[in-house]
Amino acid sequence: MKPGRLATIALAVVFLPMVVPAHAATIQIVMENLVISPAEATAKVGDTIEWVNKDVFAHTATARGGDFDVMLPPKKSATFVLKKAGTVEYYCRYHPNMKATLKVEP
Amino acid sequence: MFVRWSAAIAAAVLLSSPVLLQGASAADKPTDPQIAHIAYTAGVIDINAAKQAQKKARNKDVKAFAADMVRDHEAVNKQALALVKKLNVTPEDNDTSKALSKQASEKLAELDKLSGAAYDKAYVANEVAYHKTVNGALETQLIPSASNAELKSLLQTGLKIFQGHQQHAEHVAAELK
Repeated sequence: MKPGRLATIALAVVFLPMVVPAHAATIQIVMENLVISPAEATAKVGDTIEWVNKDVFAHTATARGGDFDVMLPPKKSATFVLKKAGTVEYYCRYHPNMKATLKVEP
Repeated sequence: MFVRWSAAIAAAVLLSSPVLLQGASAADKPTDPQIAHIAYTAGVIDINAAKQAQKKARNKDVKAFAADMVRDHEAVNKQALALVKKLNVTPEDNDTSKALSKQASEKLAELDKLSGAAYDKAYVANEVAYHKTVNGALETQLIPSASNAELKSLLQTGLKIFQGHQQHAEHVAAELK
């Protein structure tokens, strides 16, 4: 592979997040030492939630109402695009003492 | 009122964890090498129980719970081993560890005689009770006694994990009814 091509790929990777419409944001929520922070986050429909699992343990982000059930292997992140408004309580299925709330505005 | 509550709590602890209290009175305050040994042993016990469950359990939630226990407790114990190596501490066997292991092998033999739904129920009930006991010991005995800050912090993470397991086990137990 030519160095020029690598640079193009790198540029594409860097600029890719900017291609998404300006109004949609990515909100990062961290799971570390079995604590979800922030425990209460606010977002809008269309926003992406990115959960970052910093633990060596597997976690999940599981909505009580069944809206989402995101698997988070150790030291991995995963995303979910919010589709509907409302307040969602979610928890980790493996460690139900890990709880948080997501307020999704229209 | 306070005295009555203390007595009630003491009675509850006595009922659920005779082994750990015995250990506490034999050597008032466990040392860090002993604490590391107790915590590691407690993890191994739950891994062994879970491995038995992976073979014997019928219910899919019970099987999944057992797999979660193996994965989490192995991860905790891996961290514990890395820490004792880093701190140059040799875990030291002690009466509490010995009593825990003895009680666990008796429980394993008892559970081995059961099968089907009866086994599933007994395994999950024991997981609730066992995690409750270990959490009590971590909170009241092991964490306050630990002198090394990193060991204390690992035990605190362990406590949060095991409290999660206890709640998870309680959910599974409720589903089985």
